[in-house]
Amino acid sequence: MANIVQFENVGLRYGTGQETLSDISFTLASGAFYFLTGASGAGKTSLLRLLYLAQRPSRGIIRLFGEDAVTMPRSRLPGFRRRIGVVFQDFRLIPHLSIADNIALPLRVAGVPEADVAGPVSEMLAWVGLGDRGGARPATLSGGEQQRVAIARAVIGRPEILVADEPTGNVDPEMAERLLLLFDSLNRLGTTVLVATHDLHLLNRVSEAQMMRLDRGRLQDPTGLLRNPPARRD
Amino acid sequence: MAASTARLLDNARDGRAMSYVIAIMLFLTVLSAAMGLATRNAAGALERAIAGRLTVQLTSGAPDARAALAARLAARLRATPGVTRVAPVSRAALADLLRPWLGAEANDADLPLPAMIDVDLADTAPATLARVTAAVRGVAPAARIDAHASWMASVAGMLSFATWLGLGLVALMATATATVVVVAARAGLDAHRATIEVMHMLGATDVQIARLFQRRIARDALVGGVAGGAAALATVALIGARASGLGSELLGGAGLGAGAWLMLALLPLVFALLAMLAARIAVTRALGRIL
Repeated sequence: MANIVQFENVGLRYGTGQETLSDISFTLASGAFYFLTGASGAGKTSLLRLLYLAQRPSRGIIRLFGEDAVTMPRSRLPGFRRRIGVVFQDFRLIPHLSIADNIALPLRVAGVPEADVAGPVSEMLAWVGLGDRGGARPATLSGGEQQRVAIARAVIGRPEILVADEPTGNVDPEMAERLLLLFDSLNRLGTTVLVATHDLHLLNRVSEAQMMRLDRGRLQDPTGLLRNPPARRD
Repeated sequence: MAASTARLLDNARDGRAMSYVIAIMLFLTVLSAAMGLATRNAAGALERAIAGRLTVQLTSGAPDARAALAARLAARLRATPGVTRVAPVSRAALADLLRPWLGAEANDADLPLPAMIDVDLADTAPATLARVTAAVRGVAPAARIDAHASWMASVAGMLSFATWLGLGLVALMATATATVVVVAARAGLDAHRATIEVMHMLGATDVQIARLFQRRIARDALVGGVAGGAAALATVALIGARASGLGSELLGGAGLGAGAWLMLALLPLVFALLAMLAARIAVTRALGRIL
C-alpha cells in the first residue's frame, strides 16, 4: 500500500520562539483512517496546517503524494491543495454565498464547467442531509448543519486526503457521531482521513482507525506503527 | 473561475467609495486633458496665423509724403517674390485701434499716425524675410519692420507651457488613480482575508483571486469614470460655447475637434484599464507574500 504522506523529523517554529512541533515523523497510508489527539496547545492545528500546505516547516522533510512539499515552488501548491480536502472547526463558510455555492466552490476553482457543477452539489447536499437547504445562507443553519456543509465542500472535489481540524468541537455529541459516520463512509470509498480531536469518546467509533497523539509538540509513537503503517482496511 | 464566482467578494462591505474617488479624478483629468488639447490647438492656430506675417511702419516725414512713400513701398512689396499679400492699413482702421485709449480724439485729422502695411509671406524662410527687408529698405530706409512671430513668441510659449501643464496633470491624475486603486485593492485584501484564505485552501491560484479584485475594481472605476468623465465633457462643452460667444480669435482657435472629443470620451475606459492593471499587480504581489 502506498504512503500518501510522509513527515521526517519535521520541526515548526513561529518567529524566534520555541518549536511548536519537534521531530515529527510519521507516515499516512493511502486509504487509512487516523485520529490525531492531544491536549489543547499540543500542536494539532499546526501539524494539520503543514499537512494541508498552509504553512512550511522550519526543518525536516514532508512528502505529499510522493513529492517534496517543503521545497515545492509556490506556483505548484494550488494543484496539490486541490487534492486535499480540509474541514475547519470554525467551518469557514463564505457567509454571503448560498450553501450550494459554498459547496460548489472547489469545483469552480478547479475550472469545472458550470453545467457539471449542479449535479455533484445536489448529490453532496443529499449526502450530508441538507438536500432542501441549498439556497439558504450559512448564518441560518445550526452549527452541526454548517459543519456538514463544510464537509460537503471539502469532499466534493474527491480529494485523496481529508483533513478535519476538531470537526466536532462545536456540535453536540449526537451530531458529532453523525459527522464521524460521514468521515467513515468517505474513508470506505478510499479517501485517507485524518481527524484531529481532543474528544476521546470518538476514537473507538471508527473501527481500525489509528491514533496519533501529540504531546507538547512531539508525536508519541511508542510502537513505531506511525512510521510503518499497517495495511489498508477493507 | 466563472462569472458565478463574481459574488465571492461581498459587495455590501466595500461601499462605493472608490467609484466616487474615480469620478472626481476623471472629472479633473478630462478637464486637464481638454485644457491641454485646447491650448495646443490655440497654439497651432496662433502659429498658423502669425507665421510669415509682418507689419511695416513708416513714422517719419509729413503725412502726405508718408502716404506717398507708403504707396510706393506697397507697390514694391507686391512685386517682391515671396510676398503673398500686401494690405496697407487705412487711417480709419488705425483710429479704431486707438479709440479705446483716445476716445473721439482718435478721429482727429491732425493726430500723427504712422503709415502701416500688413504683409503676408509665402513662407518663413530667412531668405524670404531678408529679400523683403531689402525691398523695404530700398524704398524707405527708416521704415520699421515688425515680424509678428517675434512679439507673439512669449504668448506662444505660454500656450505651449499650458499644453504641457495639461498633459502633466493628466499623468499626475493617472498616477494618483493607480495609487488609489492599489490602496483600495490592499484594503480589499484585508477586508476579504478570510475568504481569500478559504480560496487558497481550496486550491485557487493567485491569478484567480486577483481576477476577482481586478474585475470588481475595473467595474467601480468604469462607473465612476463614466460619471466623472460625462460631467467633465459637459463642462468643457459649456466652456467652449461661452468662449465662442466672446468672438476672440485666440479662443476660437482653442476649440476641440472630433478627434479630441473622442480622446476625452475614451479616458474613462483607459482609466478603467489602468485601474484593472494596477489592481492585478497589487493583489498578485500581496498574495505572493503569503503561502
